Amino acid sequence: MSTKIFSRPRYLKDAVFHYCPGCGHSIAHRLVAEVIEELDIAKITIGVPPAGCAVLAYDYFDLDIGEAAHGRGAAVATGIKRVRPDKIVFTYQGDGDIAAIGTAETIHAANRGEKISTFFINNCVYGMTGGQMAPTTILGQNSTTTPGGRTMSREGGPLNLSEMLGLVDGAVYIERVAVNSVKNIRNAKKAITKAFKVQMANLGYSMVEILSPCPTNWKMTPVEACRWIDETMTKVFPIKVIKDQVGKI
Amino acid sequence: MNKKVLMSGNHIIGEAAVRAGCRFYAGYPITPQNELTEYMASAMARLSDGAFIQAESEIAAINMVIGASMAGCRAMTSSSSPGVSLKQEGISFLSALELPAVIVNCMRGGPGLGNIAPAQGDYFQATRGGGHGDYRNIVLAPGSGQEISDLTTKAFEYADTYRTPVMILQDGMMGQMMEPVIFPDPVDPAKLPPKPWTLDGADGRPRRVIKSLWLDPLVEEALNWRLSARYDEISRTIQSAESFMTSDADLVVIAYGTAARIAKGAVKRARQNGLKVGLFRPVTLWPFPKDPLLEINKHVKDFLVFEMSTGQMVEDVRLSLEGAGKVRFYGRPGGPISTPHEIEGEIKKIYEKINI
Repeated sequence: MSTKIFSRPRYLKDAVFHYCPGCGHSIAHRLVAEVIEELDIAKITIGVPPAGCAVLAYDYFDLDIGEAAHGRGAAVATGIKRVRPDKIVFTYQGDGDIAAIGTAETIHAANRGEKISTFFINNCVYGMTGGQMAPTTILGQNSTTTPGGRTMSREGGPLNLSEMLGLVDGAVYIERVAVNSVKNIRNAKKAITKAFKVQMANLGYSMVEILSPCPTNWKMTPVEACRWIDETMTKVFPIKVIKDQVGKI
Repeated sequence: MNKKVLMSGNHIIGEAAVRAGCRFYAGYPITPQNELTEYMASAMARLSDGAFIQAESEIAAINMVIGASMAGCRAMTSSSSPGVSLKQEGISFLSALELPAVIVNCMRGGPGLGNIAPAQGDYFQATRGGGHGDYRNIVLAPGSGQEISDLTTKAFEYADTYRTPVMILQDGMMGQMMEPVIFPDPVDPAKLPPKPWTLDGADGRPRRVIKSLWLDPLVEEALNWRLSARYDEISRTIQSAESFMTSDADLVVIAYGTAARIAKGAVKRARQNGLKVGLFRPVTLWPFPKDPLLEINKHVKDFLVFEMSTGQMVEDVRLSLEGAGKVRFYGRPGGPISTPHEIEGEIKKIYEKINI
């Protein structure tokens, strides 16, 4: 008799991902869907996807979804949550969405301590639009709008949004994880679980920053991209718990 | 009947909104509409099911309204001209997402930062959509304290009925002026017609998606035509205007909001001097009340459009009449408030020409 030990998460639709080979979004989607299933919160969960590569998240998550304009996820989620405080509301946002055009919405939602959870995919680049400089592009990194590499004197350095949010009172749990190795993926799932639990306990704003490979725009193989996260990206964006006022939950 | 009370226009909108079942308000400070934001802060705090947020920006406020509307709540935001420019992104999205919401523009002098005096320079922005894309939104222009209350009630009803944003377009004078008003009985939000499209978690039903990205041009085209058909229905159904002393008039003044109040005084003065003058006051700016105007046009061929702008609504008057009348314009943009005497002078000049 055979035993099923691995399958599609219940709340991930039977659809082919449009994401590029080696992209971290697929793994992050899977983790979010697995956690929602394990916590048994799908019936009360509303997701808010961004503009960017993950705009099509509603093709994959089998959940109620309200699409936000570019960068406005935290504001839209705030409106939903304030009207329906008994629901679970999460935003799923890329680095350009959350740390450039949506910086104000994000910081102020966190500062108000909105009871929402944010999953922030950091891949150091605007992926959907073809590889322009993101707020998180690291110094020296090539992009289509920083030919020759990002420089401190011209573009400024990468924005460490999670560390900034760590200074904000209403944010109670901020952790940076990665999805470039089995070990990191396991830890990422733990962080996503905790972020949802923080919201379920009504404690405040929670965010998980997920370092995610973008082989297409980094012009690397998937293996090289995963290695680049370990060797280069984590030097600027260290994997760690940035703020935890919650403890064990 | 409820008691008659004396209130400022901005407070009237707030009270009428709460009575219409509005339970979510997000706004940002800007003069001359702050009294409304402040009223909503107090009113929502008194309600067990009300939410008020002073947003970090106008853009955040309108996007919070989008979220609240997705969740099925009657929701409102308000601002004044420069702030409403910032809200245009959200208004375009509300239209595309087919979400009801009420947006108040308490107009001030512009363009740019302009000033805080009453003006009507935002007519184009309000009636032409304002944001990107092929959409319209309902625009209501109150002319008195009582009408502010009545139209606020209607704004929420229209928004829900047609699943579209509705703008209340007033100016600083209407917002600040105190007038008597009788409010309707409050509506219990729980007893409003159900909205079978709201997001509340896919419990025992297929999941729902509210989105505005349609990558297939044919699908996006279909959405545009569906919205267009709805706009046609709105245009046929809700046109509204006041006609004052137009039945025997040789000349009809056309004005809305504060300008119409001034024009009415001018028309009354002119009548006392024996001039056969009337007033046509659009209450819906979009849809423009073309049908009632054409009724008047059967016997009136001379019109004077008066606006507190360099001339915006005058284009809709000309488009409606399609040449079947002589349309003249008098405007005072940027904040000065004309007197009835001043408008009476303009009426006289034209009246003398057409009666030679």
